[in-house]
Amino acid sequence: MEEVAIIGASMTQFGERDAWLADLLSEAGSECIDDAGVAPGEVEHLYVSNMASGEFEGQTGVMNVLAHDLGVMPAYSQRVDQTSSSGGAGVLAACQSVASGTSDVTLLVGGEKMTHRTTAEATDLIASITHPVEYKHGVTLPSFAGLTARHYLETYDAPREALATVAVKNHRHGVDNPHAQFRKEIDVETVLESPVVADPLRLYDFCPITDGSAALLFCPADRAEEYTDEYSVVTGVGGATDTHVVHERENPSVMGAVRDSSATAYDRAGRGPGDVDVAELHDMFTILEVLQSEDLGFFEKGEGWRAVEEGRTEMGGDLPVNTSGGLKSKGHPLGASGVAQAYEIHRQLTGTAGPRQVEDPEVGLACNVGGFGNCVITTVMEAAR
Amino acid sequence: MTLDAGRCPNGHLTYPTHPRCPECGEPQEETVDIAGGTGTVLTWTLATATPPGVRSPNPLAIVEFDVDGESVRALGQLTDEDVETGDEVRPVHVEELREPGAGIRHPDSQDWDGYRFEPV
Repeated sequence: MEEVAIIGASMTQFGERDAWLADLLSEAGSECIDDAGVAPGEVEHLYVSNMASGEFEGQTGVMNVLAHDLGVMPAYSQRVDQTSSSGGAGVLAACQSVASGTSDVTLLVGGEKMTHRTTAEATDLIASITHPVEYKHGVTLPSFAGLTARHYLETYDAPREALATVAVKNHRHGVDNPHAQFRKEIDVETVLESPVVADPLRLYDFCPITDGSAALLFCPADRAEEYTDEYSVVTGVGGATDTHVVHERENPSVMGAVRDSSATAYDRAGRGPGDVDVAELHDMFTILEVLQSEDLGFFEKGEGWRAVEEGRTEMGGDLPVNTSGGLKSKGHPLGASGVAQAYEIHRQLTGTAGPRQVEDPEVGLACNVGGFGNCVITTVMEAAR
Repeated sequence: MTLDAGRCPNGHLTYPTHPRCPECGEPQEETVDIAGGTGTVLTWTLATATPPGVRSPNPLAIVEFDVDGESVRALGQLTDEDVETGDEVRPVHVEELREPGAGIRHPDSQDWDGYRFEPV
């Protein structure tokens, strides 16, 4: 695969926004092409990562909306939906478009507008990904997390506090991210005393409902310096799919599509888990960060919780995870999240992450999870050489 | 009323059924009704933030059944909040597990009856 560079990156303020999706997308998209110094007319492919604009606000065809608003016509445009991993799937689509020689300048914009819905409505809308035999029981994504967290804690004899520590860490990281929805430190007691959502998990084990957008601009790596000195390189992307019906997985505490997608991404990049200096994981629920840290090969199965407790995944640890604050404190506008993960890794690799900068990272990884591990995209990115 | 698992010619068992076996890709050609048996709670949760038309709180479990030495699992509501991992439960039929049409899914697109799990 020809290497693909990221030459521009942007994200909007995440949180409760007055803007509707079209405005969020154009805000991020416009800032991104300005960041790269590229004229709209140079964009050859436009991908818009979005899970459910039709269901959330009644606007469909959002790729066309954005293409017109940014003035990138007649670029090829396509909406990419892979539920919560739409953003990662957009990274994969954008990389394919450039690596195949089909497009020399590809813009990816991910976004979602959610907060105008009640929590119950948004929860149901997201739960509509489930199989009919799951949906009729009122299963939600948070309840999958509760079932999985109990299985993990009981199987690996892990303490409940370790999951709370994931939330504490990511909230602490989020304080330094000006785009984050929450910039407030919390402690373990706050998590453990918050209301039960899906036992044993509580309110602070869950990411919030969020509006926001993020964007990236891609070109062939050997042309990146025509545009900018500040670029990163996508050296491997892998996508994989697990069972639709969650209870059919052999071990409920293993995320098979994380293992499979990362095997592909590592292989394409010629890298392994030991090479990764900084990572953004999909902490939609605290338990998911721990599971991914194991299934990506950073830690042994059943040991990821120890790494959290030992501080290995916090800023200053040997593998900082979710320096952006993660979905937990930054927020989770579904279609934007995978793009925002790559945005954070790009900032880290270009040395432009400001107060949350990790010291000289060379290799970064983003793991974007759709559904409850149903579809996963893992991306390996590297600093320009 | 049945709780049908699908079986392929290689003996793999799944609940729900699929046109083709997720493990080997062979068409599933027969069904096995597991409603009359008992199963073991593999894990459970008590969900309190439930969507429109769903009872609150909503205790749920993943239950593992043994059919002639082959394991098959089902997820479902519990009749009782007082359940622990490893408990033995049996399926009990319920006419309406959640209110059809209250949520986003079209009421005619699927059925709404099914089985809750009751401690034995």
